[in-house]
Amino acid sequence: MAKNILDFEKPILELENKIEEMRKYEGELDISNEIKTLEEKVLQLKKNIYENLTRWQKVQLARHPERPYTLDYINLMTIDFVELHGDRLFKDDKAIVGGLAKLDEYKIMIIGHQKGRDTKSNLYRNFGMPNPEGYRKALRLMRLAEKFNLPVITMLDTPGAYPGIEAEQRGQAEAIARNLFEMSKLKVPIIVVIIGEGASGGALGIGVGDRILMLQNTWYSVISPESCSSILWRSWDYKEQAAESLKLTAEDLLEQGIIDRIIPEPLGGAHKNYTLMAATLKTALKEELSQLVKLKPEKLIQNRIDKFGKMGVFVE
Amino acid sequence: MAWFKRSKQNISPHSKKTDIPDGQWSKCEECGEIIHNKQLELNLWTCSKCNYHFRIGSDQYISIVLDKNSFKELNKKMISDDPLAFEDTKKYSERISATIKKSNLYDAVKTGVGKINGKKVVFCCMDFNFIGGSMGSVVGEKISRAIDEAYKSKIPLVIISQSGGARMMEGAYSLMQMAKTSTRLARLAEAKIPYISVLADPTTGGVTASYAMLGDVIIAEPKALIGFAGPRVIKQTIGKDLPEGFQRSEFLLENGFIDFIVNRKQLKEQLSLLINYLS
Repeated sequence: MAKNILDFEKPILELENKIEEMRKYEGELDISNEIKTLEEKVLQLKKNIYENLTRWQKVQLARHPERPYTLDYINLMTIDFVELHGDRLFKDDKAIVGGLAKLDEYKIMIIGHQKGRDTKSNLYRNFGMPNPEGYRKALRLMRLAEKFNLPVITMLDTPGAYPGIEAEQRGQAEAIARNLFEMSKLKVPIIVVIIGEGASGGALGIGVGDRILMLQNTWYSVISPESCSSILWRSWDYKEQAAESLKLTAEDLLEQGIIDRIIPEPLGGAHKNYTLMAATLKTALKEELSQLVKLKPEKLIQNRIDKFGKMGVFVE
Repeated sequence: MAWFKRSKQNISPHSKKTDIPDGQWSKCEECGEIIHNKQLELNLWTCSKCNYHFRIGSDQYISIVLDKNSFKELNKKMISDDPLAFEDTKKYSERISATIKKSNLYDAVKTGVGKINGKKVVFCCMDFNFIGGSMGSVVGEKISRAIDEAYKSKIPLVIISQSGGARMMEGAYSLMQMAKTSTRLARLAEAKIPYISVLADPTTGGVTASYAMLGDVIIAEPKALIGFAGPRVIKQTIGKDLPEGFQRSEFLLENGFIDFIVNRKQLKEQLSLLINYLS
């Protein structure tokens, strides 16, 4: 457990350890009041820390190795999940998963980036970095959803589309572009949720939709703070500044009019309470779905074009 | 250490200069040929010896592709507003005003209507001289409005892309321009209005992963660098040298991602022919 403690979380851990220590003597000494005070102090400290996170700290939380991933949400929010594989052109990309599921009364197609938990599963999932076949699989599933009139939910969590020789050979750019194009005119509702890292085109490749939701401690931007630092500052050391400059948190994006809604996370991050996180997200998804399923396809598509049309700031 | 160490490079330094001052000579980056600028211009900025295509700006493409004096620019003076108050080693707002002054451009794309052999088209041309041809809100908006113009007036669309990708200094706004332009192209396609995408050196990142790869027909100039990830990033990731010709036009043609490679001298005629077929 302790290995996944972020730097800014250390004071909390110290206090928690102290309480743990005291508990051992609770039977012998009358220190329950002291423990109670300390517990209140911990709660206060947590609130202080987690409610005042810097942008870079949020990026770190978004990447927390214990965070729930797409398959966790599918397991916790839906029943009868049937995973569907393959792009029918080349292979099955393990960095994007998808399939049919039931979100209470809604039958849906759910698709998302998938990271691994340890070295082995991370290699299997290619660290959540899709190749072109991942985007093409996603598109195949979305078309299937369209054919049978099922709403689509996509979950974004990737450090980026994979930058490799074969990925370029098989048209990484074309695969992403094609998805943006096809998702623009898909005749069923699409809800997009950023559940972790929303890194650039690799995230956007399954990110065009009617509602864009973002979990509280996630990021979404045109580039990662590290890469931005290395390009603009010509050094990897300015990632904190780059994160500040990029304004990439959920609050920033809501203000910029790019996302529609922030989904609150349990205190300390989504990984502190999977059940609560999934329940909160599920409620939000059902609220959004109930609105979107009422719209006719033409209206849905027109709204979608208008929605993205409004994004951008310039002077005439 | 060898006693006699010979540098691999030719003696000539590699000059990256793209704006060619009048009445001077230019050196071909590929074969080292010295060409008089008047000659180079007559040759549409290609090397007479090795056919190397020099990187050129939007004004040059306009003169090459469109009928003389037919171009009417739209939204010419739209400029960036620095929505994030972005700052790296320099303030973005300062970078913008300095670049406008230096490049004589307002942003990285010119859009408008013009004629190709008498046939009306909506024409957009990106410009690498403006912050690496990067796409921020202005590029996204101007391209989107140009697409709308083609949609409303029912005339074909031609976009010449030349870009390092989405512009970092506008964060998520830049990213969303990919979605914005693609949604508009989807509507254009539904209306069966042709869109021809021309890729010049270089076309990478978010521009490739949106409108550049969405043409009904996609053509590229010879040896243009075209890809999603930049070669340096890929090399870093895989830790191996990249194969010869990787991510060049010929590589994309071989892998099935562009329709054909066009010499600059044939660009206008080929565009004219395609438009004739498709509209």
